[in-house]
Amino acid sequence: MTNHAGGVEGLPREKVEQFDRELSRILDRYPPDRKASAMIPALRLGQTLFGYVSPAVQALAAERLGTSPARAEEVATFYVMLETHPFGKHLVEVCTSVSCSLSGGDRLWGYLQQKLALAGAGSTPDGRFTLREAECLGSCGTAPAMLVDEEMYEQLTPQKVDQILGGLK
Amino acid sequence: MSETLILSARWGKPGSAKLENYRADGGYQALDKALGMEPVAVVEEVKKSNLRGRGGAGFATGLKWTFLPKDIRPRYLTVNADESEPGTFKDRYIMEHDPHMLLEGIAITCLALDIHLAYIYIRGEFAKQARALEAAIAEARAAGIIGPRLLGKKDFALDVHVHRGAGAYICGEESALLESLEGKKGYPRLKPPFPAVVGLWGKPTIINNVETIANVPWIVQHGGEAFAALGVGKSGGTRLFGVSGHVNRPGVYEKPVAYNLKKLIMEDAGGVLGGRKLKAVIPGGSSAPVLAAHEIDISMEFDAVKAAGSMSGSGGVIVFDESACMVRALARLARFYAEESCGQCTPCREGTNWMEGMLHRIEAGHAGAADVARLEQVANSIAGNTICALGDAAAMPVQSFLKKFKPEFLAHCELRRCPCGDTAWGLTQEPRDAVAGPMRYAR
Ligand SMILES: Cc1cc2nc3c(=O)[nH]c(=O)nc-3n(C[C@H](O)[C@H](O)[C@H](O)COP(=O)(O)O)c2cc1C
Ligand code: SF4
Ligand code: FES
Repeated sequence: MTNHAGGVEGLPREKVEQFDRELSRILDRYPPDRKASAMIPALRLGQTLFGYVSPAVQALAAERLGTSPARAEEVATFYVMLETHPFGKHLVEVCTSVSCSLSGGDRLWGYLQQKLALAGAGSTPDGRFTLREAECLGSCGTAPAMLVDEEMYEQLTPQKVDQILGGLK
Repeated sequence: MSETLILSARWGKPGSAKLENYRADGGYQALDKALGMEPVAVVEEVKKSNLRGRGGAGFATGLKWTFLPKDIRPRYLTVNADESEPGTFKDRYIMEHDPHMLLEGIAITCLALDIHLAYIYIRGEFAKQARALEAAIAEARAAGIIGPRLLGKKDFALDVHVHRGAGAYICGEESALLESLEGKKGYPRLKPPFPAVVGLWGKPTIINNVETIANVPWIVQHGGEAFAALGVGKSGGTRLFGVSGHVNRPGVYEKPVAYNLKKLIMEDAGGVLGGRKLKAVIPGGSSAPVLAAHEIDISMEFDAVKAAGSMSGSGGVIVFDESACMVRALARLARFYAEESCGQCTPCREGTNWMEGMLHRIEAGHAGAADVARLEQVANSIAGNTICALGDAAAMPVQSFLKKFKPEFLAHCELRRCPCGDTAWGLTQEPRDAVAGPMRYAR
């Protein structure tokens, strides 16, 4: 499994080895002739290890799962949690769907833009934060909610947001 | 009279997600009972229970199970844990606080339907819930409850796996879910054939919502008739109703299926914020047609809500008080559907974008009465003309908001601005104490 195909060459070797080790555990969940089913988990693993789902990561996943890079690209561009471009060290996603906005989500979105000196979705110049709006996160009763680096925070106020962001490395 | 709690009784108990505690509370006894029953007898109990799907459509679960072709193997079970419809937040608590109940439901369902491989498709944003499920599966496997033998007693191999999505509402639609589980983008399939006949990897597949399957152990333990008796007519059991928006005590309430909507909002959820008047209620997730304040004295049972012109859908109740701007709310909903349309069919892809754009202009006061009329036309031309139900789901809010709150839309056109200005989301927008079954979340 260590021969690197096509666009995979640019990726650091130890990380590719780690990718292969972790992917083999993921593949236990699918029948051996259905490896391509692991495309989403494989690309998420790639995003964790290599920072984002670059064309090289897409090629790596496609090759390991015995499918085409076109399939990997189609998946990488369809799902909002898969990033095909580099993004900030911390990803902050504020829910502004209806139930959250009725409980302050929309104001929180405004507060975060102000706090990070951004006008709308985007990344801070130092690359520390990427901010964007999210659709309903399934936490409408404990609104407003946000995800920071894929962990959920609920019943938010500006003070709580300050604490959460302040506690990040 | 004490209320029967099937789904939320154990939430919040210390270590409720742990196998030993689940067993101490009687867990996996229903599976043990099912092992001594004929598979058809289990299906018969579920039919008798009048359990209807809790994912949105309210389809009779036992009936769906009988659609599996008799002689094709393998068959699969996929549990729908995508929970992405705005206003819906119930399945997450089952997975967080009682994952073994779901797992026991999966094991019984698989046993009854001769299924040996099941997937739980969970939305990517539910990291904590996915971890809870994975831990429960590992415990059940180590204890020999699933794996090569069920409960260590019967040679019946069962594997259960968690498959995490990556952010796409459309993957809650059952055929898009299957595409996603096959490692593709979430494009819904043309139906028929239905998944029960041609599903995952081309094989017969049963797809049920988390809450639906979590009811199965109770039904086996207490009998289908006891479950049916909790409801009315062709709907049995209790449901997890999520109440969010402008109420004093938002949260998840487990109530009999036919519970009164007004009581749920005014009593259980503590009534409308700030003592203000109620303006509107979306009774079953964001796709359900909106009800005006005077229309909410109804049973939440599927057919009753339908008779009132809406849907009880996912049981997600969104409450608006009189200070909320309905145009702002609809504009935000329209953005959701435009964002989440998979883009496969023209009426949905183009229509949802148009509606979003028009509503944005109306809200900002940059539109006239003719635009409001056009908005209605666009919604009408999406409905019924698409591959999956997302098209209808996008059209229904627009049609119903216009039917019930048209003067607000026209006022935006006349004034050339939002009459509510900065407080379009309502006068009070602070988080409140919330509940989920027996649990309390202090703000
Ligand atoms: C656009 C769309 C989104 C859906 N999202 C969900 C969802 O998040 N969870 C769910 O259980 N069902 C969802 N459904 C319904 C499923 O397609 C399916 O009917 C359901 O999972 C069947 O399970 P049940 O019979 O137990 O309700 C959705 C349907 C549509 C059209
Ligand atoms: S109705 Fe919309 S979401 Fe459904 S298949 Fe068509 S474009 Fe995709
Ligand atoms: S609307 Fe924000 S979590 Fe549901």
